[in-house]
Amino acid sequence: MGVSLSESAARHVANFITKRGKGVGIRLGVTTSGCSGMAYRLEFVDETQPEDLVFESHGVKVVIDPKSLAYLEGTELDFVKDGLNEGFKFNNPNVKDQCGCGESFNV
Amino acid sequence: MALLQIAEPGMSAEPHKQRLAVGIDLGTTNSLVATVRNGIAVCLADETGRSMLPSVVRYGAEGDIEVGLAALRTQAVDPKNTIVSVKRFMGRGLKDVAHAETMPYDFEDSSGMVRLRTVQGVKTPVEISAEILRVLRQRGEASLGGPLVGAVITVPAYFDDAQRQATKDAARLAGLDVLRLLNEPTAAAVAYGLDNAAEGVYAVYDLGGGTFDLSVLKLSRGVFEVLSTNGDAALGGDDFDHRLYCWVLDQSSIEPPSASDARRLHMKAREAKELLTSSEEAPIHAMLSNGEEVDLVITRDQFAEITRHLVQKTLVPVRKALRDAGLGPEDVKGVVMVGGATRMPHIQRAVAEYFGQEPLTNLDPDKVVALGAATQANVLAGNRKAEDDWLLLDVIPLSLGLETMGGLVEKVVPRNATLPIARAQEFTTFKDGQTAMAFHVVQGERELVSDCRSLARFELRGIPPMVAGAARIRVTFQVDADGLLSVSAREMASGVEASVLVKPSYGLSDDEIAGMLQAGFEHAGEDKELRALREQQVEADRSIEATEQALDKDGALLSAEEVAAIRESIEALRKARAGSDGRAIKAGLDALARATDDFAARRMDNSIRGALAGHKVDELEI
Repeated sequence: MGVSLSESAARHVANFITKRGKGVGIRLGVTTSGCSGMAYRLEFVDETQPEDLVFESHGVKVVIDPKSLAYLEGTELDFVKDGLNEGFKFNNPNVKDQCGCGESFNV
Repeated sequence: MALLQIAEPGMSAEPHKQRLAVGIDLGTTNSLVATVRNGIAVCLADETGRSMLPSVVRYGAEGDIEVGLAALRTQAVDPKNTIVSVKRFMGRGLKDVAHAETMPYDFEDSSGMVRLRTVQGVKTPVEISAEILRVLRQRGEASLGGPLVGAVITVPAYFDDAQRQATKDAARLAGLDVLRLLNEPTAAAVAYGLDNAAEGVYAVYDLGGGTFDLSVLKLSRGVFEVLSTNGDAALGGDDFDHRLYCWVLDQSSIEPPSASDARRLHMKAREAKELLTSSEEAPIHAMLSNGEEVDLVITRDQFAEITRHLVQKTLVPVRKALRDAGLGPEDVKGVVMVGGATRMPHIQRAVAEYFGQEPLTNLDPDKVVALGAATQANVLAGNRKAEDDWLLLDVIPLSLGLETMGGLVEKVVPRNATLPIARAQEFTTFKDGQTAMAFHVVQGERELVSDCRSLARFELRGIPPMVAGAARIRVTFQVDADGLLSVSAREMASGVEASVLVKPSYGLSDDEIAGMLQAGFEHAGEDKELRALREQQVEADRSIEATEQALDKDGALLSAEEVAAIRESIEALRKARAGSDGRAIKAGLDALARATDDFAARRMDNSIRGALAGHKVDELEI
């Protein structure tokens, strides 16, 4: 289990890291804020922390801390387009309800 | 639904607190909007995948407004209501607009900015630009999935106060909060990440469709400073098209073509020019309306040969800008290329030769300004770490100063001073008991007010009466980061103050600025002499007045012959002052000083005696 990237997400992440010129992978995480309890975090990783868990998905390193993994177990990060807008979307099986914005959720 | 972007480590935004910001290149021909997504600056495209929005606005009879490609297509059928290149009218009066009489628009000259009569009523350039900005704002919001916190909008380095203010007004009208106006060359340097590069001097070579600009930037400790700018407001990629078009006419020895044939041949010339960027040769083929056929092939070398003089012409402002910065080509660490015309290989070669290094060309030269603006907007919106914070410094294009006695200009803020800047200078009164002072703020490089441009006038009243030269009036010039000027004057003893925010009613054209700079160089010698003369004249007036006052007051200290001698010197000086021989005035001044030496000594003794009268010696502190 753990967390993974869709093929499209992995392609975009790899591309962004190349253009950024540095970074070893992508960090998924949650913080306890937002309108519905939890909020997603999505960041470049320059160095991993000792407690981090690292998964490999379509050739991209996905880094997550153990606390966040509890809320994100089984999550697949996807890259989607919505009209002119485009970006990443968490497909999180643990979510019971989320606010309409997609930026925060409840488990 | 909000889609997430990848943040820098530790910089994930709180939900709904993502600070969406864009950079906008509001161009004469095309405009672009860009943003930083997933840590990378990208231009935002419309539904059809196009990033460039033609800067064209059409006002329809039905009350509809079209912007961009749709408006551009109607240009031929509805030229009066289809406004192209509105940037040229921003902050300008009708007399500032070059070739207004050849334009299809129905101009209305009002105080301040020119207006255009359209089928939907009278429109200002600010309103028209706002239509373009509104489309870009909507594209930005649709692409980022939320309202924008603000935008960085780029302007030419030569834009003056009125033009910058007009650009800000247009943004406000379009519902955009302007985080900062940024000079176009500075934005280009940012796009190349030169802020992270080695410290040193960089040049930005910007050859657009119709204008050329060269800026010299200095990077030190992560801070950009524009050392100097120069340019040619009438030199651009269009001139290369035109030269090639003339070559085609020459080679095929055809009659002067009709207007539509000329348009077609111009288009063919442009296509050939663009093809020569990637190919060694390009065909030029066209059927003219009179049945004549044009069938030519031009090689890259031939094209380079016939446009050599245009390339050389760009190097003139390059040299001037470097000289202004006190540098040579060998001092430049990197050269950034901006503008579609810089794709031409022989331009890149000429620039490489001049600077002795390959210029930076790996970013799209049409997009580089917008990308840099987006990078800056991202920082100003607070999406980067504090340690990454940097400031961009721009320069003022022309010196700012005050009129002083004799119609001379006292420069307070020199040209190419970095922004934001505050400079203070002390001035004093000219006459005894003077209680008011008029300030005349001017812009330009010449020594005489009449040769500079008047920006504003204001008065300081309520100065306590003092003898001439005793009052200390501190005048502060302040130019903010957007290049807007405010001037304040304060009498230091009483604290009375007056100030003015300079919002000129209309602006200067690039040509005029270039012309004023040129005149400043050409007339340097003449100006210096004129200045010396005026200074002598002012000094003569002051001496005559002071001597006459002294004669009125203390004439009794002198014999009749002595008074006559002094009066004679005064008359001689007055006569010399009326002429324009600085040396004669100087001689007259010296003569008067000699004639009054003794008188001055006696007045001094007399006033000391007066001061001491009635006092005991031990009352005096010596």
